[in-house]
Amino acid sequence: MTDRLDQDNTFFEQTGKREMFVNFGPSHPSMHGVIRIKLIADGEFVKKTEIDIGYLHRGFEKECESCPYPNGFPYTDRLNYVSPLINNFGFAKAVEDLMGLTVPERGEYIRVIMSELSRITDHLTCVGACTMELGAFTAFLYMMKAREWLYEVIESVTGAHLTVSYARIGGVKADLPEGFSEHCLKSLSDVSGVLDEIDVLMTRNRIFYDRTRDVGVMTREEAIAYGVTGPFLRSTGIDYDVRKAFPYHVYDRFDFEIPVGWRGDNYDRYLVRMEEMRQSIRIIRQALDTIPPGPTSVDSEGNVINAAAMADLGKTGRTKNLINLEARVEPTLEGSEKRIHAQVRDACRKAGLPPKDQTYTNIESLMNHFKIVMDGHGVRPPKGETYSFVEGGNGELGFYVVSDGTDHPWRVRCRPPCFPIMSGLHNILEKGQIADIVATFGTVNMIAGELDR
Amino acid sequence: MEMTSYSSPKGGFVATSANQFLGWGRKYSLFLYPFITACCGMEYMSAACSHYDIDRFGAGLPRFSARQADLLLVAGTITEKMAPVLKQVHEQMCLPKWVMAFGVCTCTGGFYDNYAVVPGIDRIVPVDIYVPGCPPRPETVLDGLIKLQEKIQNSEHSLT
Amino acid sequence: MDQNSILDRVKKEFPDLVLETHSRLGQDTVIISKSGIVEIARFLKEDEKLKFNMLADLTAVDYWKEKPRFEVVYHFLSMENKLRLRVKARVEESDCEIPTLSGLWPGANWYEREVFDMFGIRFTGHPDLKRILMYPDFEGHPLRKDYPKTRHQPLVEYRELNLHGNENTTTSRKKEND
Repeated sequence: MTDRLDQDNTFFEQTGKREMFVNFGPSHPSMHGVIRIKLIADGEFVKKTEIDIGYLHRGFEKECESCPYPNGFPYTDRLNYVSPLINNFGFAKAVEDLMGLTVPERGEYIRVIMSELSRITDHLTCVGACTMELGAFTAFLYMMKAREWLYEVIESVTGAHLTVSYARIGGVKADLPEGFSEHCLKSLSDVSGVLDEIDVLMTRNRIFYDRTRDVGVMTREEAIAYGVTGPFLRSTGIDYDVRKAFPYHVYDRFDFEIPVGWRGDNYDRYLVRMEEMRQSIRIIRQALDTIPPGPTSVDSEGNVINAAAMADLGKTGRTKNLINLEARVEPTLEGSEKRIHAQVRDACRKAGLPPKDQTYTNIESLMNHFKIVMDGHGVRPPKGETYSFVEGGNGELGFYVVSDGTDHPWRVRCRPPCFPIMSGLHNILEKGQIADIVATFGTVNMIAGELDR
Repeated sequence: MEMTSYSSPKGGFVATSANQFLGWGRKYSLFLYPFITACCGMEYMSAACSHYDIDRFGAGLPRFSARQADLLLVAGTITEKMAPVLKQVHEQMCLPKWVMAFGVCTCTGGFYDNYAVVPGIDRIVPVDIYVPGCPPRPETVLDGLIKLQEKIQNSEHSLT
Repeated sequence: MDQNSILDRVKKEFPDLVLETHSRLGQDTVIISKSGIVEIARFLKEDEKLKFNMLADLTAVDYWKEKPRFEVVYHFLSMENKLRLRVKARVEESDCEIPTLSGLWPGANWYEREVFDMFGIRFTGHPDLKRILMYPDFEGHPLRKDYPKTRHQPLVEYRELNLHGNENTTTSRKKEND
C-alpha cells in the first residue's frame, strides 16, 4: 500500500497472513498534532509499528538563517507552542552566551517566573488531553479552565496568551505590571485547587489506574540509550533535571524537589507531571517573595504610572469602555521606561535597545538604536558556536547556534526534547494493544511544532 | 461589514421559507471536523472550552470522522507533506460542507515563507471563511463563526 | 572530574584521530577525523571515569565555500559526572559519508536520518537511512546553503485562485470539488 507519503512498501509487506495493517493517520482525534503511526496488528495486539513524522516541518532552522537574531523569537514561540516562554528564553540564552551578556537579576527572576508558568500550562495541557482521551472529559475541562487563568496572567505581562515573543537578547521585553504579584498568587491558588480536584477525580480512579498502570513501560537503560530527558526519564527513576544539574537563570536560589517515578509507565508519568506542577507553583511563590524590588513604571516626572493603563485593552478583548476614550501618547515615549530599564535589560549597548526617551533626545542613543535595528547592521555576536540548554516541558531543550560574525545566524539548531522519545516509542508500543497506544501517546506529550520544527 | 448575498433562491413564498428554514437548521447545528495541526489548536481548545464556549453557537460537537462533519476547521500550518491528507479529508466530506481557514498560516502561509509550507489552504481546497490571527483570539474565532453562520443562512439550500 | 582533563585524556588515547581541541566559551570541543568517530564514542561511553552515557544531540552544519564543506557535530552528556563534550568531524562534499553511531546508541538512528534528509550526508552502516521530515518525492536537501529557501515542490497541484468572485466557496449547490 504505497502512497506518496511512503518511501516504499516494505513496512506494509511485512503484514502477515492473519494480521491487519492499521494507519493511525496524520489527522487524528487526539489533539496532539500531526503524526502518523503505522501498525501491524494481530487482533488487538500490536506486532510492529513505524512512526512517521514531518507533517509539521515548517523550516524553522532555514527561516532563522535568513533573519536577524532578534527576529528569531517569534519562530521560537511556535516550537513548543504550549510553553512558548521556555523556548524564547532558551534561544535568548544561547545568543547571550555567544555574546557574553549577563541579564540583570530582576530580569532573571522574571524569566524564572514566566518559565514556570509556561511549564504549568504545558503539563496542564498534556495531562488534560491524556485524560480526555481515556474518557475523563471533566478533568480536561477543569484543566482548560485552570489554563485560561494562567493565560490571563501571562497576557497581563506579555500581551498575548500563546505566541508571546517576550524574551529579548539581554533580558525581557518589559517589566512585570503592577499588581502582578497578587494576580499571580490568586491564580496559582485557584490552579492549586483545580489540581486537588483532579487528584480526587483521577489518581485513585479504578479505570484510569487500570488503563495506565504498567502500560507503556520504558526501562532506564532504554531511556538513556535513546537520549530521553524530562518527565519521561524521571518516571523511570533517574533524577536528571537540567535545573538542578546545570543550574541556569537563578534556579540555584530556590528550594524545590524533582519528582521521580520508579516504574516508567504511564501512571508514573501522570504522577510526575502532577507533582511537577506543584513544585513549579512552589518556585513561583518563592520567586515572587524574593524578587529584587523596583518601581514598575514611572513617567518623566517620576509619578508612578499604573501599568494596567499601558496594556492594550482592545487587544485583550475588554472593549466595553474604549468607545469614549481619548487617544493618548504611549507613556514610554515620555521616559517611563528609564528607571526600570536597567533592571530588566542588560546595559550592554550591542544588543539591547536603549530607553525610548534617550533615543528621541540623544544622538548617540539614536545611533545605537539604529545600529541594532536596521538591516545590514543589527546584533552581531562574535564568530563562534554554543550549545545552551534549558529544561523544557518535555526535557532538555537545547539550542546550538553558530555565528559567523554577521547579523544573521549561520546555523540555528533546536534539539527537541520529544524527538528522542518518539524515536524510542516504537519499542513501547509493540508491547501492548491498540487501545494502549492512545494512553501512551497521551503521556508522551509530543508537540509537533517542536518535533518537526 | 455587509455580507455579500449569494445566489438568492428563486421561487415563491414556500420555497424561500423552506430555504430559510434549512439555512437556520444548518447554521445552528454545525458539526466540526477540527483538522488541527499546530498552535492554533490551542486556541481552538480555548474557544471550545468553558471560558469562550463555542457550544452556545451550536458548533460544539466535534466529529472526528469526515463523513459525519459539515465544517472542516483547518487550524494550524499546512505543510506540503500534509497537503494531500487535507485534500483527501475534504473530498471525503459530503455536501453541504464548509471550510474555515483558522489562523493566518492557513489563510496565506503566515510568516513561513519557505519550501515546506503551503501558502494558504485555498491553494488546495476552496475556503468559505478566513479567520486571521496568529493565533486568533477566541473572540475572533467566534466572530468568524457568526459570519459563517450568516453566510450559510443567506445561501441556497436544497434537500437533494 | 576536571573539565580540562577530559580533553587531555581524549588526546592521549587517540593522538592520531584528534585534530584539535579547545574550550571556547567554557564548552569543551574536540575536532576529530571522521573515520574515528565510532572508536572515540565507544571510549567516551565505556570509560570508567568519563561515562558519557547519553548522546544529547547529533547535527550538522553546512560551511558553504569552505573545504571540507560539512561538519557533523555530536554532543555528549554524562549525567552522573555532570559533564558535557562536543565532538566535531568534517565531511567532504565529494565523499559525503561518515560511520553511524546507531550501534552504540539506538537514539542516534533518527538524528542521523534527519541529518541525511536535511544535508545529504550518508551514514554508513545505518539500518534504515531514509527521509524523515520531508516526503520521498522531495528532491534536494533543504538545509544546504545552496537550496533556495522558497523553492516549493508541491505534492498537490495548487488551485487557480479567483479572488474577486464567489467561486471559492462550496455551498450546497451541486458542484464538483475543485
